[in-house]
Amino acid sequence: MPSVSMTVNGKAVTGEVEGRTLLVEFLRQNLNLTGTHVGCDTSQCGACVVHVNGKSVKSCTTLALQAEGAEVSTIEGMATNGDLHPIQAAFKEHHGLQCGFCTPGMVMSAADLLQQNQDPSETEVREWLEGNICRCTGYQNIVKAIQAASQEMKG
Amino acid sequence: MAESGIGASVRRKEDNRFLTGKGRYTDDINRHGQAYAYFLLSPHARAKINGIDTSAAKQAPGVVGVFTAADLAADGVGGPICGWVVTQKNGEPHKSPAVSALASDRINFAGEQVAVVVAETLTQAKDAAELIEVDYDVQQAVTKMKDSLSSSAPQLHDDVPGNLCFDWEIGDKAATDAAFANAHHVTKIDILNNRLIPNAMETRAAIGDYDSGTETMTLYTTSQNPHVARLVLAAFMGLGPENKLRVVAPDVGGGFGSKIYVYRDEIVTLWAAKKLDRPVKWVADRSAAFLTDAHGRDHDTHAELAVDKDGTFLGLRVSTLANVGAHNQIFSTATPSYLYGCLLAGQYKTPAVYGEVKTVFTNTAPVDAYRGAGRPEATFVVERLVDKTARELGMDATDLRRKNFIPKDQFPYQSPCLVQYDSGDFNLLLDRAKEVIDYDGFAARRQESAARGKLRGLGLSCWIEACGLAPSAVVGALGGGVGQWESANIKFNPTGSVTVFTGSHSHGQGHETVYAQIVSDQLGVPFDSVEVVHGDTAVVPFGMGTYGSRSGPVGGGAIYKAAQKIIEKGRKVAAHLLEASAEDLEYADGTYTVAGTDRTKTLAEVAFAAYVPHNYPLDEVEPGLDETAFFDPANFTFPSGAYFAEVEVDPDTGHVTIMNMIGIDDVGTVMNPMIVHGQLHGGFAQGIGQALYEQCVYDENGQLITGSLMDYCMPRADNFPMFTTEETNQPCPHNPLGVKGCGEAGAIGSPVAMLNAVVDAIGTDIDMPATPEKVWRALQSRAQAAE
Amino acid sequence: MYDFNYHRPKSIDEALSALTSASDGKLMGGGQTLLPTLKMRLASPSDVVDLGAISDLKGISDQGGAIVIGAGTTHAEVASNAAVKSKIPALAALADGIGDPQVRNRGTLGGSIANNDPAADYPAALLGLGASVKTNKRDIAADDFFTGMFETALADDEIVVSVSFPVPEKASYAKFPNPASRYAVVGVLASKGPAGVRVAVTGAGQGGVFRVAAMESALDGNFSAEALAGISVPSGDLNADIHASAEYRAHLVGVMAKRAVEAAG
Repeated sequence: MPSVSMTVNGKAVTGEVEGRTLLVEFLRQNLNLTGTHVGCDTSQCGACVVHVNGKSVKSCTTLALQAEGAEVSTIEGMATNGDLHPIQAAFKEHHGLQCGFCTPGMVMSAADLLQQNQDPSETEVREWLEGNICRCTGYQNIVKAIQAASQEMKG
Repeated sequence: MAESGIGASVRRKEDNRFLTGKGRYTDDINRHGQAYAYFLLSPHARAKINGIDTSAAKQAPGVVGVFTAADLAADGVGGPICGWVVTQKNGEPHKSPAVSALASDRINFAGEQVAVVVAETLTQAKDAAELIEVDYDVQQAVTKMKDSLSSSAPQLHDDVPGNLCFDWEIGDKAATDAAFANAHHVTKIDILNNRLIPNAMETRAAIGDYDSGTETMTLYTTSQNPHVARLVLAAFMGLGPENKLRVVAPDVGGGFGSKIYVYRDEIVTLWAAKKLDRPVKWVADRSAAFLTDAHGRDHDTHAELAVDKDGTFLGLRVSTLANVGAHNQIFSTATPSYLYGCLLAGQYKTPAVYGEVKTVFTNTAPVDAYRGAGRPEATFVVERLVDKTARELGMDATDLRRKNFIPKDQFPYQSPCLVQYDSGDFNLLLDRAKEVIDYDGFAARRQESAARGKLRGLGLSCWIEACGLAPSAVVGALGGGVGQWESANIKFNPTGSVTVFTGSHSHGQGHETVYAQIVSDQLGVPFDSVEVVHGDTAVVPFGMGTYGSRSGPVGGGAIYKAAQKIIEKGRKVAAHLLEASAEDLEYADGTYTVAGTDRTKTLAEVAFAAYVPHNYPLDEVEPGLDETAFFDPANFTFPSGAYFAEVEVDPDTGHVTIMNMIGIDDVGTVMNPMIVHGQLHGGFAQGIGQALYEQCVYDENGQLITGSLMDYCMPRADNFPMFTTEETNQPCPHNPLGVKGCGEAGAIGSPVAMLNAVVDAIGTDIDMPATPEKVWRALQSRAQAAE
Repeated sequence: MYDFNYHRPKSIDEALSALTSASDGKLMGGGQTLLPTLKMRLASPSDVVDLGAISDLKGISDQGGAIVIGAGTTHAEVASNAAVKSKIPALAALADGIGDPQVRNRGTLGGSIANNDPAADYPAALLGLGASVKTNKRDIAADDFFTGMFETALADDEIVVSVSFPVPEKASYAKFPNPASRYAVVGVLASKGPAGVRVAVTGAGQGGVFRVAAMESALDGNFSAEALAGISVPSGDLNADIHASAEYRAHLVGVMAKRAVEAAG
C-alpha cells in the first residue's frame, strides 16, 4: 500500500493509502478531520473544499497521492488559538450558515477568493461561489459575510 | 428588550462548532469495529424479481453479511408506513399497500433497495454488491399520472386497483356549482407543479449499534424527529421495544421534510447491526439520494375561478392529480389532501370552494412532504388563477386581489376549506409590498428594459398558509395517526445554569439559540448559561420533532409553558426563603420580590436552595427545580405575506434574470429577526429554484434523467440578487409567544410570484420551471399566434 | 472507484514508460473529469499516470505572434496570466468561465482537450483561434485534432505537451451555459487573425466542436454581427437533451455567434 506524506494545518502527517484514496477520505478517515464534508459525487457542491498549496480545491476530486508533499489546510486550521478567523467571525455575525454542512467549504472557498481579491463586489462573490451549493440560506447572508470579512481583513 | 431576549438578533450558539469543523453529523461518528453497508439499488423502474443470488457476494473479500427481503421477513421486520388516513369521497380509507424494507418480489421504482451488503470497508461492500445476481423480469413502467390511471396501465400493487391511492374532496360542490352558474366570467387554467428533489446538502445516513450485553440498540440517523423514528421503528418495524432502542439525530445537515420519514435503508442498517452484533454504518452517496429520498410536489391541476362583473370572486373549482410515487410514506397522503386543500381559499373571501384530489401511484420514487408540503402547490393554483383573472378582466392585479381580501376585522375567519384563519392584515402586507417594490415605478422600469431589448415583468403573490402542526385534536379528526403537541423540559442546575430539553430538532433553524432566548427572557438567566439539548431519545423525554414550521409555535410554546411552571414552583421556594407568603411575591426578570419591600431572591438562589437545602418545607414543595410542559395549540397558525418578483427576459435566448425579489411577511411575533430573515431567504431561493431551475425528470421507462447535480439544477449564489424581507406582524392569538412559523413561508409564497413575473414579461402562460428554452418557445408561439 | 496503481512521473519519458508498461493505463491531467468518472465506476484503468508533476508541461510563454501554453497549465493560470489577458483576452475569459474556481485550480488545458467533451470550452478556443497542438510526437493543427465526441487524433502513447495560440486581431467567446452543470449548451468563439476568420462552436454538435463555414465566409468581408443575419446552422446534427433541444441549440448558435462577434469589436 502506498504511503503519502503532506503537511496538514501546519503539521506533518503520513499515512498509508490506496491509489484510489481521495484526499477527503484521507482527511476524514486517516486524520479524523471531519470538518471537511462530502455532499455530492460529481464535484459540484463544494462541501469538501480545502486548500492545497494555498489554492482552493475540491478534496473529493483530488487523490490523496496527488497531495504528496503539499501544504494542505482545512477548516480545522482556520481559527488561531481559539479565535475565529475573520471569515468565520463574519459568517457568524451575518448569519451566513444554517445547518452548517456546506459551511466549511464555503469558508475555505471564500478564503481563497479574499487572498486574490481583497475587495470583491457582490457580483464577484456570487460568481466565485459557483462551486459551492447551499440549500438553506439562499446565499444572501453568505455573500454579505464574505464582503464584510473582506472589509475587516483589509483593516 | 434585553440584548439576548425575545426579539433580539442574537448570534447563534451553534455556529462556533459548525464554523470550526467541529459539527458532528452522522457520518462524522464512528463506532469501534464498525462495518459498512452498501445497498444494491434496482436499475429498473418496474420489474418482477424471479430470484436473487447472493452466493458470490457472500464469498467476496471482507464481506460480513448480504441480506435480502427474505432475511427481513424471517425476522419480522416491517417496511415504511403511512401516518395519515385520508377518507375518500366514497367514505373508504385511502389505499396503502404494504411494502417491505427491501424489495421482495417486485420493483416499483428505479433505485428501490434490493439487497444490502455489509463489509469491513465500503469499497469491499461496493465490490461485493456487483457480484449479486438479480433475475429481473423487466416490465413496462408507468411514470405519468394520467397513464397510470388508465384502464390499460400496469398495476403497481395487487391491492390497489387502478393505481389510485385516494379520490378525495373538500368544500361544497353544490354551492360551488351554483356560484359558477351565476358567474359573469370564468377564468380557467391548467397547471403543472413540477416535481422537486430535496437535496439537503448532507445526504441521509445511519449507524446501527447493538450492545448484546444489555440488548440495546442505538440508531444514529439523519432525522428531523428522532422520537417519532423510535416509535415507528418499535411499533411497526419490529425493532423495539422502545426501552431498548435509542435514536440519536446529531447535527443534521438540512432536512426540508425529506428527513421526517423512516426510510428503508435506516431500518435495514439498524436491523443488520443487531443481526451481525457489530456497528454498521451507511451513508447515501448523492446519486442514491437522488433516487431514494422522498421527492416533492408533482401535481397536475385544472382550476377555475368564477367572478362577478366587478371582479368579486364567486366560486373556485380545483381538480388535481397528485403523484405519490411507488408507495406511501408518513405524510404522503396528508400532503396532497389536507395540507393542500385547506389553503385553496387563499387570502380571499371566495364564498364557495370545491377541490378534489386524486393521488396516483407511479413507478417513481415516493413523493412526500417537502419544504412547504401542499401549501406551495395550493398557493400556486390560487395565485396563478387570480393573476390570470386580472389579465382577462383587464384589471390591475393588486386591485383585483384587494377587492377580494378577507378584511382585517373578519378574523377569526372560517374558510370554506375546513380551517379557521386566526389573524391577518392582507391590505397592510400588500400596501407595504407595493411601496418596497416601487409598484408605481414599474412602467418606467419596463420601458427602460425595452429600450435595451429586454422584456420586463412584475409578479405578485398574496399567500396564506397553515402551519405549526398540532393542533392534535384537529389533526386527529382529519386522520392524522398521532397527536402533534410538543414537549419541553427546563432543568435548573443547582448552581444556576439551565439545561433545556426539547422534542423539536434543529437541522439549521437555530433552536439552540432561539429557545435559549425564550428561557433567558422568561427566567432572567444569562443567555450563555442556557444549554438547549435536542435529538437524543435517551436524554430528551419525548417530542414530535421539526416539520411544518412547528418549532416556534408549538415547541416554543412548550418551552414558554415550562418556564412559567418553573416560575410558579420557584415562587413557593422563594416564599420559604423570604419567609413570606407566595401570594405576596412579585416576579420579574428572574427575581422574586416581596411586594413593597426590597427583599428579593433570584431564581439562581432559589434553584440552589431547591436542590441542596438543609431547611426545606418538604410538606409544601418538592426539592429540585425541573419542570416539564406540553403544548398543544388550539389551532394551526396562519402566516401570510405579499411577495413581488421582478424579472427581465432576454427574448433572444429566453434567459430570465431576476431583477428584484421582495417579501412582506406576517409571521407573528418574531423571536430572532436575524434567523427569521435567514429562513425567508432560504425559502425564496427554493421557491425561485422551483419557478426557474429545478425539475425532476423521469423518462418513459422510469429512469431518472435528472439523477445528479449535473442535470438537476440547484440554484447557486449567482442566480440571485439581494432579497428584501420585512414583516408587518399580527401576533398569533392562540400560542403564548404569538409566533406563526416562518420556516416554509418563503418557499410557499415565492414560486408563484416568480412565475407570475415571467408570465407578465412574456405575455403568455408558461409552466414551471421557466427554463430558457421554454421561455424562448413561449415567445416563439406567441409571435406566431400574433402573425 | 476501483483501485489502480498511481504514478506521478517527473518527465514525459517517465510518463510514457509508466503508460506503456501498464495493462490499461490512463493519463490524468488535473483529474477534474477523470476522477468523477472513476468514482462512478464508469472506467477501471489498471494504472493512472498523473501528469501533474512534470515541469515541462507547465507554463505560459509569449512568443510574439503566438502564446504557447503548457498542457499542464491550469485554467486558473491561463485566466490570470498577464500575457494571455493582454494578447488574447478572449482566451483568458474562456478559461475563467470553465467549471468553478476549484475546478479551474486543478483542471488543465491538456486534460480538457485530450478528453474532448462535446460541451467543454477549450475545444472552441483551439478551433476558433486556429491553434496548434504540440505532442511528444508531432504538431497537430486544431482542425485535425478534434475528431469526434470524446475523440481526438492522439495516439494511445501520445501526450499533449503544449498548445500554441496565434494572437488574433480580434476574438471573443460567448457561452450559454447549462444552468445545472455550467458546461456549454452552446459556446461560440469567433475570431479574425492569422488563421483567418473563424467561428467555432462547442456544446452543440453531436460530433463535438465544429466550425461554421457559412458564418466565416460572411464575416470574412464584414466582421460584424449584421453580417450573420439570416445564417443558421441545421439542427439535424446537433445535440438534444432535457436542457436544450437541437432546434433551440441551433437558434442559440446564431445568437451566441452574433454576441461573440459584437464583443470582439
